Amino acid sequence: MFDKLALLGFGDGGWGLALLQGAGITIAIALATLPFGLLLGLIVALGKRSENIVLRWLATVYTTVFRGVPELLTLYIIYFGIQIVLQQAWISLGLPGNFSMPPFVAGMVALGVVLSAFSSEVWVGALNSIQKGQREAAAALGLSKGQAFRLVVFPQLIRVALPGLGNNWMVLLKETSLVSVITLPDIMFITTRANVATKEPFLFFGAAMLIYLFFSLISAWGVGRLEIRANRGFATFGGATR
Amino acid sequence: MNWCEYPGYLLGSEVFQNYGCRMASGLWVTFELVVISVAIGFVLALGLAIARLYGPRWAKVAINGYTTFFRGTPLLCQLFLVYYGLGQFRLFWQDVGLWWFFREPFYCALLTFTVNTAAYQAEILRGAIQSIPRGQFEGAMALGLHRWSTLRLVIMPQAMILALRPLGNELIVMIKSSAIASLVTLFDLMGATRLAFARSFDLTIYLYAALIYLLLVEVIRRVWDRLELRLTRHMALR
Repeated sequence: MFDKLALLGFGDGGWGLALLQGAGITIAIALATLPFGLLLGLIVALGKRSENIVLRWLATVYTTVFRGVPELLTLYIIYFGIQIVLQQAWISLGLPGNFSMPPFVAGMVALGVVLSAFSSEVWVGALNSIQKGQREAAAALGLSKGQAFRLVVFPQLIRVALPGLGNNWMVLLKETSLVSVITLPDIMFITTRANVATKEPFLFFGAAMLIYLFFSLISAWGVGRLEIRANRGFATFGGATR
Repeated sequence: MNWCEYPGYLLGSEVFQNYGCRMASGLWVTFELVVISVAIGFVLALGLAIARLYGPRWAKVAINGYTTFFRGTPLLCQLFLVYYGLGQFRLFWQDVGLWWFFREPFYCALLTFTVNTAAYQAEILRGAIQSIPRGQFEGAMALGLHRWSTLRLVIMPQAMILALRPLGNELIVMIKSSAIASLVTLFDLMGATRLAFARSFDLTIYLYAALIYLLLVEVIRRVWDRLELRLTRHMALR
């Protein structure tokens, strides 16, 4: 068994470097998706609370669809769908050659759309927890609507939303494994390829598991730190702020 | 015309009509996978949650490790580890007479999903049991109830109501996640759809599959809402 561990190393015939690069891609796509998905989620959440009935309806349909369809299917639809649409646009513009969809972008869009649907629920819950008086007081102080949101509402929002958003992040991190099916060379893609080359699936998928586990544990720790920071100055009934 | 070709026919979609029957049997595979794994997972989770809360120290540590491991890694990776990784030890499985199990992608997917959902459900149940106020235990003790009876008669009925909603969410997550079974050559709904797309190169088939999944999830969500209303009808109106 131990002689096989060399396959995970950085020496000759070792997959260490490739795995490391795969881990980098996994983190890169997760980090690239996060701001996009969270921001879109916040916009969808504001749509759900809008006074405009059409906007509300659109936002509800959007979340229902992207929370109900399997992520893998969403990924395929976006990957192939955008590919076909842009391909046709490419041809009709009379450009030479073929358009090919970069898998990183497709993965980012698909994961981001799913993340936005799930995070919008968190945002709505957090927005509901902020009393109307906060906005009214901000208005009384002469803050514009945008300033009120940025300076008064948002800092309180983040505190309430953080546990939910942290959860969204953990789910996202694991979902990135799906982008391997559209040939993005993430951890799963590299280990699948290593498996084909070496016929050591247990070793490689086991290693992949440990890498993901490591990322999850780090994330859990990081989210915990952020929560403590967001809660500073906010006394709980336990007395101190932890 | 077979019944399973009708939806495609009525919607005027040739691909959906041609692959309707494959997708219908795929839907059945998805259904089997999800129902069996969630049901067995629930039974396991009950035991795990109780042992995690009231068991000996070593059991607590072990169960903690188990849930952390399976909740901290992607299901896809777990599935590959079971199907390809455990399949690697073919000679061993043949010796112990279990090769028939690890040879089949269906059983591998079932095992992976069961073990995975058991970890999630165990955490849900643990949280629900833990959020029952301490006074309930003390009251039961004052009535002279045995520890085990307390759990069965006082704690669990209340905890299950708290756990109902997250368990429903877990069921929905499993339906969606089961789509990755198609990646180990299994022809579930997603697998059948992938086949249809690969042969016809017609993207609309993915949209129809999305619609089927969406319907499935919506139906379960609504049934679950009803179930919750029914089970909480003795409680004060909220």
